[in-house]
Amino acid sequence: MELDPTETFRQEASELLDSLETVLLDLGQSPQNRDLIDAAFRALHTIKGSGAMFGFDKVAAFTHDFETAFDLIRKGKIDANHEIVTVSLSARDYIRTLIEDPDSTDPIIGEAIVEELQRLIGAGPAAAKAAAPVETAAEAASEAPVSAGWRIEIAFEPGILRNGTNPLVLLDDLRALGPCTVEADTGAIPVLEELDPETCLITWTVTLESACSQDEIEDVFMFVRDEMKLVITPLDAGGQGGFGLDMSMPGDAAPAVTEPAMQPKAAPAPAPAARAAAPAPAAPAPEKAELNRRAEDKGTTTVRVQAERLDELMDRVGELVIAQARLSQIAHSGTDLAIKAIAEEIERLASGLRDSTMGVRMVPMGSLFGRFRRLVHDLSRDLGKPVDFVTVGEDTEMDKTMIERLADPLVHLIRNAIDHGIESAEDRARTAKSATGRIELAARYVGAQVLVTVQDDGAGLNTARIRAKAEENGLIPPGANLSEHEIHQFLFHPGFSTAKTISALSGRGVGMDVVKRTIEAMRGTIDLTTIPGHGSSVTLRLPLTLAIIDGLLIRVGEARYIIPLSAVEECIELTAEAEARAKGRSFLNVRGDLVPFLRLRDVFDADGQPDPHQKVIVTSIGDTRVGLVVDQIIGSHQTVIKSLSKLHSDVTMFSGATILGDGSAALILDVAQLVTLGQSRAESDRTPEAA
Amino acid sequence: MSQAQMQTTSQAGAAGLPPATETRLQVLMVGLGNEIFAIETDMVREIIDPVPVTRVAGARAFLPALVNVRGNVIPLADLRIRFGMRKTQATADTRIVVIEVDIDGDPVTLGLLADKVYEVTEISTRQMQQTPRLGSHWRPEFIRFITKWSDEFVIVPDMSRILG
Repeated sequence: MELDPTETFRQEASELLDSLETVLLDLGQSPQNRDLIDAAFRALHTIKGSGAMFGFDKVAAFTHDFETAFDLIRKGKIDANHEIVTVSLSARDYIRTLIEDPDSTDPIIGEAIVEELQRLIGAGPAAAKAAAPVETAAEAASEAPVSAGWRIEIAFEPGILRNGTNPLVLLDDLRALGPCTVEADTGAIPVLEELDPETCLITWTVTLESACSQDEIEDVFMFVRDEMKLVITPLDAGGQGGFGLDMSMPGDAAPAVTEPAMQPKAAPAPAPAARAAAPAPAAPAPEKAELNRRAEDKGTTTVRVQAERLDELMDRVGELVIAQARLSQIAHSGTDLAIKAIAEEIERLASGLRDSTMGVRMVPMGSLFGRFRRLVHDLSRDLGKPVDFVTVGEDTEMDKTMIERLADPLVHLIRNAIDHGIESAEDRARTAKSATGRIELAARYVGAQVLVTVQDDGAGLNTARIRAKAEENGLIPPGANLSEHEIHQFLFHPGFSTAKTISALSGRGVGMDVVKRTIEAMRGTIDLTTIPGHGSSVTLRLPLTLAIIDGLLIRVGEARYIIPLSAVEECIELTAEAEARAKGRSFLNVRGDLVPFLRLRDVFDADGQPDPHQKVIVTSIGDTRVGLVVDQIIGSHQTVIKSLSKLHSDVTMFSGATILGDGSAALILDVAQLVTLGQSRAESDRTPEAA
Repeated sequence: MSQAQMQTTSQAGAAGLPPATETRLQVLMVGLGNEIFAIETDMVREIIDPVPVTRVAGARAFLPALVNVRGNVIPLADLRIRFGMRKTQATADTRIVVIEVDIDGDPVTLGLLADKVYEVTEISTRQMQQTPRLGSHWRPEFIRFITKWSDEFVIVPDMSRILG
């Protein structure tokens, strides 16, 4: 597939802007961090440069001012502070719209952002108002230690030429700083036969007679700094320095540099040895081989793949798993040993392929969590509630589609936590809490599930107010006997809101019910716990993947169904005496616990006679359990989930369908729904008893 | 006509009531009970022999089951129930017509149970008749129009409304 270069730029810019956002948010927390400032500057510089290259002139022009500002920060002329971070964040958003939808952007917004920025850097301690447009090279650093000159030792990694870096251009840049004497060490270059023209084995020593600052020299090498060794030492006042003395690099084996053979012309005139361009692969010393390999690894560790292709791959694997199940069935019903052996081999391969395909689709939660830092930053500013946002378990991996679908529910939960959960600063002061609220977003594995928790240290849920609101809305009769847990469930009721005032963010009563529906559509559950005065936490329990699950194949009447294995606790036989004891009631005694049970034959209105030995599958969702009575347990089944058609969206007892070995479709039970159904039947059983 | 794959054509008219000028529709003639329905070939994907069906408990009566059509699990609709006709046993002529219908902006694939599939033909809107009151079970909103085809009345159903 041919990629439009503009599209490539857009993609890269989008990633750069994402990382810029992260860096800026980090910078807001530690404004003195040099690495962050450098990272922000580099991201801006790259966006500007490639923007100009691909014809995004507006982007380049706009980014220029910010690049300059960060250059000033980098040089310590102004300090990064919260305001600069905030205006930079809005600048980042503006750059994004400039790239994605340039026609809809209003230049006034851009001008306002730049003006704000100028005001901020103008207010900085050392910078003059006109500082913004000043070019890097023109800024003579006055406060840096003045020296008669510098001795610069340069050794690139051997693989540097492959990245398109031209060392000679960098030497030219050095020359722009002042008169230079360049000397090349070609000692590491081997004989001609062993020479690899793409390996850089020459090292240079430059004596620069200039009063420039060390920073200015380092700037020249800014973009190759990670792939080289650079030693800068000031010359003695006498101009002697180490010139002509020790040529080897301190410590390491002398790295060597090759000047590309095709460009001898660019070699600097005053350097006598530099012309001896003899490109060459050294008989690679182990250390150099290591360096080479590292350089290559950088290019091969990740491959960018379009998401749709992964989905397509998953579909194919799903079909393969179904076909394999059919093959196994046929093989096992016959007597041909050779076919059985092949069927088993294919089963093994298919399940391996399934696992690796699912692995490819797994994405760390960190990619999702990162997005919320900006949300928290903005909300905390808008609401005037300082908030510490802590994320835990960023490396927990989940299926890509799951992560995408989690984004909206989490936005709701985090908004709620800041808007409703965290109290105002005054209230917090009154209750002797620290002025800064804390929101923790955590993910961890529990079995084949992932638990995602949003926790705040706010006031907790006001149970009395929720109850009052529920009574007011006519959801419960006044004075109904409900547990706290049951009362909290009203928060998931459509249109239910206890917020006294409707803010722009929440209080409209939409949200929690949508969150619940989304999570349930992902076959997950949502749990709410709260401690008055100490905060509340919402826990989402989600399966690792949506595409394929382990299921238990069962039979009810003539029809076969799948129960997700993750919901199954145990299988027991429904003995005649247990049935007799349970007579008239739908409770079962499981080792002393009363477990309500449902006869799936009745629920599904199945034909035919029940099997003489009925089985009970005890399933659980969260803390609630329900037994499902079936005719037969057939066995475990690799279940490729096919969602039900829109036309069947009114069907609640099933969450999807799959294709069995014989090619027929089987429905997947929605255990959460059945548990609710079982509980409510058990309730209605209990009520007449109590009366 | 088993397993016959239908080419979809784009020449047939768009949805909605036909205009005053003559429009020709390419349709598939399908027998349901004693009636003949004309289904636009635009929406027909394929016609298959009956396959094992999976009953869906709790679904609406006219969408009683699921079928697997080459790896896709699709609902099976029984229009006879929707039109209040008597259910008949499957015969050697029974087929499943796989169609794709636009419902609230999303394309939805489903199978239609057909007692018999006749042929692909063209009908003309000139022969169009007012929807007559054919009895209490005929819901007029399910019918786009009725027209004539070789001396028989055929019904052009409004699939989106029937399924909606």
